[in-house]
Amino acid sequence: MKIHQISMFLENKPGRVSEPCRVLAKHNINILTLSLADTQQFGILRLIIKEWEKAKEVLEQEGFIVNITEVVATEVEDKPGGLAKILDVIEESGLNIEYMYAFTFRSGDKAVIVFRFDKPDLAIEVLQKKGINVLDSVQLYEKANQ
Amino acid sequence: MKHTHFENIIWDSAECMEPKDREILQLKRLQDVVTRIYNTVPFYKDAFDKAHVRPEDISSLDDLKRLPFTVKEDLRQNYPLGLVAVPHSELARIHGSSGTTGKPTLVAYTRNDIETWANLCARFLVAGGLRKEHFVQISFGYGLFTGGFGLHYGVEKVGATIIPAASGNTARQILLIQDLKPDVLICTPSYALNIAESAQEAGLNPSDLSLKYGHFGGEMWTDDMRKEIEEQLGIMAFNNYGLSEVIGPGVSGECYLQNGMHIQEDHFIVECLNPTTLEPVKYGEYGELVFTSLTKEAFPIIRYRTRDLAQLDSSPCPCGRTTKRMSRVKGRSDDMLIIRGVNVFPSQIEEAILQVPGIAPHYLIEVSRPHILDEISVKVEVQPGFISDKMSEMQALRDKVLRKIHDITGIHINVELLAPNSLERSTGKACRVIDHRKMS
Repeated sequence: MKIHQISMFLENKPGRVSEPCRVLAKHNINILTLSLADTQQFGILRLIIKEWEKAKEVLEQEGFIVNITEVVATEVEDKPGGLAKILDVIEESGLNIEYMYAFTFRSGDKAVIVFRFDKPDLAIEVLQKKGINVLDSVQLYEKANQ
Repeated sequence: MKHTHFENIIWDSAECMEPKDREILQLKRLQDVVTRIYNTVPFYKDAFDKAHVRPEDISSLDDLKRLPFTVKEDLRQNYPLGLVAVPHSELARIHGSSGTTGKPTLVAYTRNDIETWANLCARFLVAGGLRKEHFVQISFGYGLFTGGFGLHYGVEKVGATIIPAASGNTARQILLIQDLKPDVLICTPSYALNIAESAQEAGLNPSDLSLKYGHFGGEMWTDDMRKEIEEQLGIMAFNNYGLSEVIGPGVSGECYLQNGMHIQEDHFIVECLNPTTLEPVKYGEYGELVFTSLTKEAFPIIRYRTRDLAQLDSSPCPCGRTTKRMSRVKGRSDDMLIIRGVNVFPSQIEEAILQVPGIAPHYLIEVSRPHILDEISVKVEVQPGFISDKMSEMQALRDKVLRKIHDITGIHINVELLAPNSLERSTGKACRVIDHRKMS
C-alpha cells in the first residue's frame, strides 16, 4: 500500500531545484507532485514519481544523492473538513506525522494527502480500520491519469 | 591494518647520537655557518651588526639567542636570490614556496645540499616503513614546491621504486595503484582522502588496494584526519614536516610509533618560542617553531620564524632515536582566527567535524564581518548514508556539529550542511579558510 517517495538534499541556492528537474525532463520522467522543505541554508526536495526507479537511476548517474522512503497516500474529499477528519483519526491513534503534503487530481472531487509516518504499516492499518481510503501506487497513478 | 609486525630500522646513526655529542656537533656547525654567512651574505652581516653580535661571540649553543630572527618578509625583500651564500655557479637547484599572492619566495641548493636533503627524507621514510623493495607512488606536485622533489630524492636514496605520478588526474592515480600495486603513497593528507574517495566512487574498496604505508605532509592535518585516512586506505599514515625556507620536507618526520616527529637536530637547531614575547616556552607547551640550519651551503637560514605552532618533547623515544620530537602543527600564528576575541584554529574545527558521524572530512571555513562583529561559518558535507528526508534529522545532525565545535573552540559557528561532493577536492594543499575580512 505504500508509495515510494524520492527525496534529495539541496543547498538553498538559486538553481539547486532546477538541476534535478532538468535531469528528469531530459529523460521524459513526469513528476506527479512535490514538496520542498527549506531552511535558510538547505532544503529537502521530495518527489512522487511513477517511474521512481528510473528517476533514481538517472539522478544518481548525474551525481545526485537520492533517498527512497515509503510514504502513505490517502484520499480525502476536497471540501471543508476533509483533512480534519483524517487528522482526528491520526491524533486519536497516537500516530506521529513526520511531515505531510497535499495535492489534487485534474478531475474528480478528491484530494490526496501524502503522509510520512515512522511506522507506515501500522498507520495504514489504523487508517483503513477507520474507513479511510489508502491508495496503493496502482490506484494513485491510475487516478492521476484520469 | 594489514600488518602487525614493524621492523625498526635506523637509516643514519646520527639519529641515535648521544644528545651531548650532538650538542658539540651543533655548536661547531653553528659557528661555521655563522662565520660563513657573515662574510658572504650582506643581509646577515647587516642584521648581525645591528644586533651587535659577531660570529666569534658564539661560544655556546645558548648564544644562539643573541642572533637576530629571519622572517618571510626578509626573503621577499631579498628576492630572488639575495640570501644565497655561494657563487651562483655553485647552485644546483632553485625551489620556492607556494605563496598564494605575488612573487614566490625562492630558496637554493648546491649539489651537496640536495644530497643532504635526500638523506634527511630517507631518514623519516625508513623510520616509517620504507624499504628498498617497495614501490612508491609520489602524488605530490613536482615543481618549485619542494614536496615532490624532496620525497623523490629520499625514496631514490633508499633504493625503492618510484612512480612519479605527481598530483592531479585522480582517475589515473587509482589506475596506477591498481596496476602497479605500490606499497607506499606520498602526497598531502587531503589528496590521500580525495584518492580514497574517488576509488570508492569508482566501485573499489580503497582498503583493499595494495597500499601499506603513507607519508603525508605539506599541510596541516589532525589526528582524527589520520585515523580517517588509515581506515579508508587500510594503511599506516605517517606525518612529516618541512618548509622550503629551512630545506623542504625532511626537517622532521615520524617513526613507526607515530608519536611526534623526530627533528633532524644534527642539521637544524629548533627553538619553540612564545610568538609574542619570543621567549622559550616549556617542553609540552605550544609555541612558534624557529629553525636554524647548520649544514646547508647555498641557503643557510638563521632563526627562521616559521609561524607554525607546535609542542616539543625532549623525552627519549622507544624507537632509539635520540632527537627531540615535535607535535603535529596545531596552527600557524598567522592562520589563527580571532573571532570576537577568541582564538580559533582551523585545525580545531577540523577535529570537531571529524568526530561527528555522518560528516565527511571536507570543510570550508568562511569568516566575514557583515557589520561590526566577526561571523564565522563552516560548510560541511553530509555523507550519503546520513541524508534523510526528514528535516528534524538533518537539523539534529547540524546541531551535533555545532555543539562539537562549541565544545572544542568555545565559540558558536554557523554550520552549513552540504550535499556530498559539493566542496572542491584538492590535489595538493587544500584551501580550508576564506577570510572575507582581509579582502574588504
